[in-house]
Amino acid sequence: MNTELLGIIATYVLTLVIAIPLGKYLAKVFAGEKVWTDFLKPIESGIYKLSGINPKEEMNWKQHMKALLTINLVWLVYGFFVLMYQDKLPLNPDGNPGMTADLSFNTVISFVANCDLQHYSGESGVTYLTQHVVMMFLMFVSCATGIAAAVVFFKAFRDKTSVKLGNFWEFFVKAITRLLLPLSLIIALIFAFNGTPTSYEAKDQFISLQGDTVNVSRGPAAGMIAIKHLGTNGGGWFGANSAHPLENPNYITNTVELIAQMIIPIAMVIAFGIFIRRRKLGWMIFGVMTIGMFLLLIPTISSELGGNPALSKMGISQATGAMEGKEVRFGPAISAYWSTVTTIISTGSVNSMHDSTMPLTGAWQLLGMMVNSFYGGCGVGLLNYFIYLIIAVFISGLMVGRTPEFLGHKVEAREVKIAALITLLSPFLILAGTAIASFIFTSHGDAAWAVQPKNWLNNPGFHGFSEMLYEVTSSNANNGSGFEGLGDNNILWNVLTGAVILIGRFLPIIGPVAIAGLLGSKKYIPESAGTLKTDTLTFGLMTFAVIVVLNALSYFPALALGPLAEYFTMLK
Amino acid sequence: MKTYILQSLRLTAVLLVLLCVIYPLIVSFAGGFSKGKGGGEKITKNGKVVGYALLGQSFTKPEYFWGRASAVGYNAAGSAGSNKGPSNPDYLKQVSDRIDTLLKYNPTIKKADIPADMVTASGSGLDPNISEQGAIIQIKRIAVYRKVDEKKVAELVVENTQKPLFGLFGPSSVNVLKLNLALDGLKK
Repeated sequence: MNTELLGIIATYVLTLVIAIPLGKYLAKVFAGEKVWTDFLKPIESGIYKLSGINPKEEMNWKQHMKALLTINLVWLVYGFFVLMYQDKLPLNPDGNPGMTADLSFNTVISFVANCDLQHYSGESGVTYLTQHVVMMFLMFVSCATGIAAAVVFFKAFRDKTSVKLGNFWEFFVKAITRLLLPLSLIIALIFAFNGTPTSYEAKDQFISLQGDTVNVSRGPAAGMIAIKHLGTNGGGWFGANSAHPLENPNYITNTVELIAQMIIPIAMVIAFGIFIRRRKLGWMIFGVMTIGMFLLLIPTISSELGGNPALSKMGISQATGAMEGKEVRFGPAISAYWSTVTTIISTGSVNSMHDSTMPLTGAWQLLGMMVNSFYGGCGVGLLNYFIYLIIAVFISGLMVGRTPEFLGHKVEAREVKIAALITLLSPFLILAGTAIASFIFTSHGDAAWAVQPKNWLNNPGFHGFSEMLYEVTSSNANNGSGFEGLGDNNILWNVLTGAVILIGRFLPIIGPVAIAGLLGSKKYIPESAGTLKTDTLTFGLMTFAVIVVLNALSYFPALALGPLAEYFTMLK
Repeated sequence: MKTYILQSLRLTAVLLVLLCVIYPLIVSFAGGFSKGKGGGEKITKNGKVVGYALLGQSFTKPEYFWGRASAVGYNAAGSAGSNKGPSNPDYLKQVSDRIDTLLKYNPTIKKADIPADMVTASGSGLDPNISEQGAIIQIKRIAVYRKVDEKKVAELVVENTQKPLFGLFGPSSVNVLKLNLALDGLKK
């Protein structure tokens, strides 16, 4: 077997080796059981004290959501103004300008929502200060928000009936002190010693071997790149994200980045099973997600290793695969693996340019983001999966003619309504958003915006449509990767994707937590022969079928107009 | 509600200190002990900085090994890929032109010898590497322009080829800047 494929296998195996014990650890941390990191307790007490928080104060699901939304609102307002006036603040050695209002709006929402869609370039659009106090700060706290929301959801199912679901601030702070900060520190040091810059020096200039004058953007990137992956954020220090040699210097760092972005989403699934004392359910969910991942991964690898058929016609050798937009030190195989990982999990960092991948690869990337729960983002992946699960419970209930139940709680009209609304939300946002953009592109091409609509697209034809579809899909999924050829820094894209990200972030958190809160407070019905078991293989398949059917019905037409049409044209 | 706002503000302030001051300063301090002292590892020739170890640079002269096409002209003040789609006609024309240029400067090679990385743009625009095959097809040209033995150039390519990680994982690659520096050091 060739070394590029071996690299993929080794990376995935290492990921599991780390993620599974991490899941066990997280279950203990959030259950308040003894763990070896308890020596950090004094730091946490200090944080609570300074913030006026009593971590023992129990909240119901509504209070949890109020706390979550309040602090997120604070970050939105804070970040918006800091980004707009960054040019007047210190730590701006390259003299970069402040952001326009619409760009700042888009950027702050994008980072608060763990999306990290970037309509600016790191080298010229932000300062060292904002890279820290806005970008990196929000990377930590948005991920911790997702984890805390998921723990609230865990809590609802731990005991037979529970109204009080722990303290939001405690989950949130612990996610940072017990998980994100220590692991980020380790990862950041690995980067620092593999060549990623850590100093606050400004741009450098040198004369190249051939005599050209070259400028080099730098800055203390290592710390941000660690949490960027660990927290499934994905926003790059540099414009080219993890394709940039300073942001991802070699094959080792590439492996570290790949592992870092996957461990928490997987660990949360394992932790769920342990936390609610139904390990089998945790493993069943993990199984469905893993099958989903491989069903997207294998065709992606095959499509990239096959190379670009149009280049094959020219008679050159594509022995290792398609190379446009890829880096030689990684090669097409692990870049294909990355493109799957970063789209099924809502990271959205890239080590190759997705705009230049093969048409079918693009289709798999889009599908990964549309499903958005094959592992999914930190905490939120599991919440997304839970919506599919409730729909599966409901449909199964209808099929066998019984009142649907989940873990001993009756699933009734109210819960199913919420699940149905959340299910419909994604296709609505993605399809309506793409439709608006397409309409403006075709009918108002001359609008006097920063980038005129007729000049938005970097590629003609079906691929151009894919660029717009990808941008909106990525926003809704809080993914943040892009077909970066799209001219996206203008009023329409900034406002449209900003709105889509905001809705696509918070409703899919509130919905599942609300369902869990409502279910958890209902009377517990002991299991009987007539109970629909949710941890069986049959039910796993049922959930998988629901995922496939819902997504196929919602998105097939859009995918057919973009990547599929391009694929068939290239076959000619 | 009011308590949540106050708690949010205070918690945000505390975390800003922990995550944006203490954490990065620890990383920055530790990074000072790395090879490039935290500023990126530089490569010097005769005491002058001629490049960064990790960043590719533009080589257009025929007596140097060429790197990959770059959407930013190897100016590391920015970074980007071409973002050209696989079926874009303008893009395919560009690739075809690059093939012609390579064939013109390396008349002894055949089209089928040209590896894809030599005619496509990298993701960052700063890719420091080419594939081993990408270097091999340029050996003859270099030897002719520099009037050195072809074998010596070929040896340099072998010496400067980085094997897969532990010999097992990932692709092999050649760092163009390091190879060209070695070339400049070659005695005629």
